[in-house]
Amino acid sequence: MDIFAFVLSTTFMYSAPLIFTALGGVLSEKGGVVNIGLEGMMYFGAFMGAAIAYYSGNPWIGFLAAGIGGGLLALLHAVACVTFKANNTISGLAINFIGPGFALFLSRIMFDGATYTLPLADKKMGMPLKGFFMKDSFLDNLLGSQCHTTFIAFLLVPVVWFILQKTRLGLRIRAIGEYPKAADTLGINVARIQYFVVIAGGVLAGFGGATLSIAVSSAFNPTIVTGQGFIALSAIVFGKWKPQGALVACLIFGFSTAIGIVLGWSSVQAVFPVPSQILAMLPFVISLVILVSFVGKSVAPSSVGIPYEKDN
Amino acid sequence: MKVSGAELVVEMRGITKKFGSFVANDNISLNVHKGEVHALLGENGAGKTTLMNQLYGLYQPTSGEIYLNGKKVNITDPNVAIAEGIGMVHQHFMLIQPFTVAENIILGNEITNKMGVLDYKKAVNQVKELSKKYGLDVDPDAIISDISVGMQQRVEILKVLYRGAEILIFDEPTAVLTPQEIEEFIEIIKKFTQDGKTVIIITHKLKEILKMADTCTIIRRGVKIGVVDVSKTTEAELAEMMVGRSVTFSVEKEDKVPGKSVLDVKDLCVKDSRNVQIINKLSLNVRKGEILGIAGVDGNGQNELVETILGLRKVESGSICINERNITNKKNWEILQSGIGSIPADRQKHGIVPNFSIPDNLILERYNVGPFSRHGILNRKAIKDNAAVLIDRFDIRASSPEAKVNTLSGGNQQKVIIGREISNNPDLLIASQPTRGLDVGAIEFIHKAIVEQRNNNKAVLLISFELDEILDLSDRIAVMYEGRIVKILNSKETDEKEIGLLMAGGQSK
Amino acid sequence: MNNRKLHKKEWVSALKFTFFSIFIGLLVGAIVLAFSGYNPIQAYSIMLSGIFSKPSYISYVVIYATPLILTGLSVAFSFKTGLFNIGAEGQFIIGSLAAALIGGYLNLPAYIHVPVCILGAILAGGLWGAFSGFLKAKFNVNEVISTIMLNWIAFHLNNFVVTRPSIKREGMNVTQFIADTARIEILPKWKNCEAALAFREAHPIINDLLRTPLNAGIIIAIVTAFLIKYLLDRTSLGYSLRVVGDNVNSAEYNGINVKKNIIISMLICGMLAGAAGGLQVLGRTRNVAELAAMESYGFNGISVALIARNSPIGCIFSGLFFAMLTYGGPKIQSALGAPREIINIVIGTIILFVAVPKLLSILKSKFKRTIINTKISKGDE
Repeated sequence: MDIFAFVLSTTFMYSAPLIFTALGGVLSEKGGVVNIGLEGMMYFGAFMGAAIAYYSGNPWIGFLAAGIGGGLLALLHAVACVTFKANNTISGLAINFIGPGFALFLSRIMFDGATYTLPLADKKMGMPLKGFFMKDSFLDNLLGSQCHTTFIAFLLVPVVWFILQKTRLGLRIRAIGEYPKAADTLGINVARIQYFVVIAGGVLAGFGGATLSIAVSSAFNPTIVTGQGFIALSAIVFGKWKPQGALVACLIFGFSTAIGIVLGWSSVQAVFPVPSQILAMLPFVISLVILVSFVGKSVAPSSVGIPYEKDN
Repeated sequence: MKVSGAELVVEMRGITKKFGSFVANDNISLNVHKGEVHALLGENGAGKTTLMNQLYGLYQPTSGEIYLNGKKVNITDPNVAIAEGIGMVHQHFMLIQPFTVAENIILGNEITNKMGVLDYKKAVNQVKELSKKYGLDVDPDAIISDISVGMQQRVEILKVLYRGAEILIFDEPTAVLTPQEIEEFIEIIKKFTQDGKTVIIITHKLKEILKMADTCTIIRRGVKIGVVDVSKTTEAELAEMMVGRSVTFSVEKEDKVPGKSVLDVKDLCVKDSRNVQIINKLSLNVRKGEILGIAGVDGNGQNELVETILGLRKVESGSICINERNITNKKNWEILQSGIGSIPADRQKHGIVPNFSIPDNLILERYNVGPFSRHGILNRKAIKDNAAVLIDRFDIRASSPEAKVNTLSGGNQQKVIIGREISNNPDLLIASQPTRGLDVGAIEFIHKAIVEQRNNNKAVLLISFELDEILDLSDRIAVMYEGRIVKILNSKETDEKEIGLLMAGGQSK
Repeated sequence: MNNRKLHKKEWVSALKFTFFSIFIGLLVGAIVLAFSGYNPIQAYSIMLSGIFSKPSYISYVVIYATPLILTGLSVAFSFKTGLFNIGAEGQFIIGSLAAALIGGYLNLPAYIHVPVCILGAILAGGLWGAFSGFLKAKFNVNEVISTIMLNWIAFHLNNFVVTRPSIKREGMNVTQFIADTARIEILPKWKNCEAALAFREAHPIINDLLRTPLNAGIIIAIVTAFLIKYLLDRTSLGYSLRVVGDNVNSAEYNGINVKKNIIISMLICGMLAGAAGGLQVLGRTRNVAELAAMESYGFNGISVALIARNSPIGCIFSGLFFAMLTYGGPKIQSALGAPREIINIVIGTIILFVAVPKLLSILKSKFKRTIINTKISKGDE
């Protein structure tokens, strides 16, 4: 198979979960609430997606359930941060305990004590363009094996961009992220909009997790998320809190995973032996390099992470 | 500007507002007639803004009622106030920095199509129309962080007009304006009242009340003291009602012949992070035994100048010397050791460590030298003794000598800062906005302390946006405009008019 | 009010709130258990007896607590100085790797070997932490993200080293056991010799204790907590670090070298977490293995610090409490079949509540507002 097409298609496949999650984080942070708990929400979504898809027989129901699951965890975060003015980072960390905690807890109950779900086989997310192109053509290799979720993820990028830049809701979200008090004095309901962006963020992170367990793989296991929620966070910083920027970052990470896979092929290892652990380190090292190179050029929304308190 | 027999457009009856056990407003009643300019006079912290925040729906009264045009209303949030035709221009602008002028004006009241998509072009046109109608010149597509403070205020005014405000509340509107701009502002207010609108102005500036207001309600420590017809009162009478005792407006300054130069700034050029030239070939000097006051409108580089002298900004070209030692581009901890003390403009942000005790705040710049620490270990007794001396000398009032500094009032926090800086015995004391937001008692105390420094042969660089303060305290006055010193004058040989002209970039006679 | 009384009042109400959060956490856990068909009272009593009913259990709790106290100190220290050290996990891994290598592959006399191992762990962890500090100081990289990245890099680095043929033991992906000269376990060789066994038969409590790898690490951890408290409260370095932690703008404006302080702070945090890893190896595991997943000593340190409200001495108690939960918790699974992750849910809930210091006052004011609003709406016709 054409290596170029393989690398590109693998890049798309592995970027998709990151894109969902990063978009969720962008919305939330643009509205002023930091969400370190994306990892926990992704984790829970990954479990819910696989478990519900398995029992319902339908990947779409699993996908939706994952979104709901992520949204519920996000609701917890929203209540803590927006209503009770909690420190965003600590609340996010709590979510990173509670999310996986519940996921594994439910897994043991629903799957007979195991921490992994049963394989989905034909209940996995379908591929809309399978067989659409001529077999083994470039487009077939590139797009034919992509699940629905990949396409949805990419389509969401311009949607989120449009919402933020061109709609009334987006204007208000961005205003709140910069200067919530100003929005408040104009009669805007700051709390309601912050609840919305946080929950939307959780839903998207849940979708991201589900993409991992029902599209990229075909089951949930405890190490399926492994840091990708945090990689999504650095994608947000890289992308300067813009959806299109985050997309580029996610593609870079997906690319580094794809390269890692190629370098792991025995045929390549014979010529170019790179230890698997070094390959596993790649996305994180690249992350750091990216963060360092974006010195001072990346400006967060001014009031992000600062709980807004009306002083009446 | 007389108003005759007009109806009561705003009536606040028996308003009491408590924050916990603190009573901010105590049974205040306010009557405002249609078409009048009504001033709310009081010291900083008297409760004027709190009262108006309830009219605008940002706070709810603990008890009391509000009537608009004779009808009782329950203003639960700003939307209700806006719907009733009330608009408020806040003291600290509520503007979103990265947004454009038009976006800020329409925020919360956006024009959209059915799906919620913004119609930006229409918004810009509406802004242009309003702008023309009231003579408020703005560029709808300019970004807020790029425009001048004067234009920012016009944006804030357009915000309330856009929502059809008939009752306009202004909170300290002239704090950021030059004397000429204040004249323009008075004209704009006139236009509003001619149009049938009612204006309420919160201020502590007596001269401006006499110039623009019809009626004045005086508030002191949360209680209404009285209501006066402005045409029949004087500055002294207003001041006495505001403070509760007779007030002297100027400080005693003995004649002094200044000595050698302590601070010498020559041709200083500084660029900010966006490559904008914020200090543009600036030269000045401050000598022993004199106070040099920098007059100017906020935003002409004053804060940046202080930061540069303190070593927090990079010097592009030019030089800064302290006691003839060149400190240009040295690290800020080295510079602070060369005999500079600084009272920052933003005391919360730069002056105090909020959760530390008073004694710990008082040693902030000398914590790692004797007697406060030896071999890296803190000497608790020395720190405590130092605090006792300074608390007494600077009359710092707190619940206990070890109280956390964030429990102190603004005036007492400022005294902690001043006590600390002066006890370091600096050759040069830089005081930025030293009395901002403080009550008259604290202001008098701080002015005395500053003049005492000068009388003790120290050099003082005073930066203030209150022209009265500059004229009162300074020996020489340097007017700063667009990053340069436009002219240096002897305070005894000039007046408000001349300085005002220079502050706005004009030429003096 | 007199200063000491003020201080005590704050302290007591903070303690009350911490206990309240713990109570809520256990309550939520009980509710989840009940909903899933398990008897919460039974579950909790199994946990309690699994902690306190035998001397060896108590010993294990102490052994578990040792690294947690130190990682808790690491994170608490970072909070006090205005930073967020999520990298305790990676610093722990690096520290334990260093101790395992020095302990297992170098031969030194006993009285030098142990200190050198510990020093190596401290240094290695310290450098790993200081690197994040450097990235923040020089490049303004948020330390939350950089430390998380470094955690994963440390994780893979550990696995890389452990699997090198020149290092690993025959047949397993682990390092060689550390030399006897490097162990800090209490009387490891002696306790199984003839004379000792006789002694142990006569003294059942000591017998039970010696069955466990009880080691000197706990003493080092407790002493370190006091050292850190002294450092923060009594030294000029501690003063400047705390100023940066409370108001970094003030610090900068008044001549404190903020960048240097950030690096020093992360260095100390790394040293603490590295020490935790080192003591774990020297006292208990005696080697490091290839990791399938992170062991969470560092992450749990975050919980320990939060529950201790960043007080260094508090970390001792918080570390013990946390060890009780994580040691006794899994016994619920083996006895009742209830998933052990219930403990994660309990801990997560405790943290959530600890994160909301103003919970009670906000609830109070919301309650008052509803009363006022109902009064107003009832008053209008």
